Amino acid sequence: MSLFNVFNISGSAMSAQAQRLNAVASNLANADSATSANGTPYKSKQVVFSAIASGSADASSVKVLKVIEDNSPGRVLYDPKHPMANEKGYVTMPNVNVTEEMVNMISASRAYQNNVETMNAAKSMLLKTLNIGQS
Amino acid sequence: MLDKLDAAFSFHQNALRMRGQRQELIAANIANADTPNYKARDMDFAAAMKSAAAGVNAQPFKAAQNMTKTSEQHLAGVLSNNSGLPSGALYRPIVQGSVDGNTVDMDVERNQFADNAIRYEASLTMINGQIKKMLSALQSQ
Repeated sequence: MSLFNVFNISGSAMSAQAQRLNAVASNLANADSATSANGTPYKSKQVVFSAIASGSADASSVKVLKVIEDNSPGRVLYDPKHPMANEKGYVTMPNVNVTEEMVNMISASRAYQNNVETMNAAKSMLLKTLNIGQS
Repeated sequence: MLDKLDAAFSFHQNALRMRGQRQELIAANIANADTPNYKARDMDFAAAMKSAAAGVNAQPFKAAQNMTKTSEQHLAGVLSNNSGLPSGALYRPIVQGSVDGNTVDMDVERNQFADNAIRYEASLTMINGQIKKMLSALQSQ
């Protein structure tokens, strides 16, 4: 029954978008983390989506293939009093681009909402289908 | 007699199944709106309906070849030869390409999704009407 598969597809997309939102939250929270567990500044994390086959037809669901770290150079800040400052007084801050992350966040939450809408539509269609032939 | 009832309902039955499959395809497009290199898909509804109608109406009751009867009293099963997509899903033409190779246009998809859902419900309403009509013809007043 293909309509039931809509739940799987939308559900996979919702979970993938939630993971993307999670990465955005992590990036925004650590936008000023000058150091981390391995001693280097926090690196911005991005999720990579991939389409995977689901069930019978040509419809595919979404999966987070991997989480990649952005290797672009970080922001350099002049702050000689900072404990992580180098001998010239510069501190390397994380390479999180706050504007980009905000846009990413809006995009992820809108995509999530779209999939909720899709799931609700499939649900109401199925409920109406159950009422075939009744009164 | 029963196969006539079946034939009477088969058009909307096929329509509902095709609409369900199309809804699934469009849901997959919406789900993959942010997946790099995903190509939006859709089906040729007219062709799918035509081939489904041809498959059912040409031979409404065909004995199943793959069902084993262990007793003489078992009924012959019905072989449905159009369970999957008849012609397979096609790819949507690209209106505005994007750099990551994704061809999902959310405006188109949302449009088609709402359209398909309404048509599904229209088919439901019509099959309900047919059933009601049939019931009133069967009942003695």
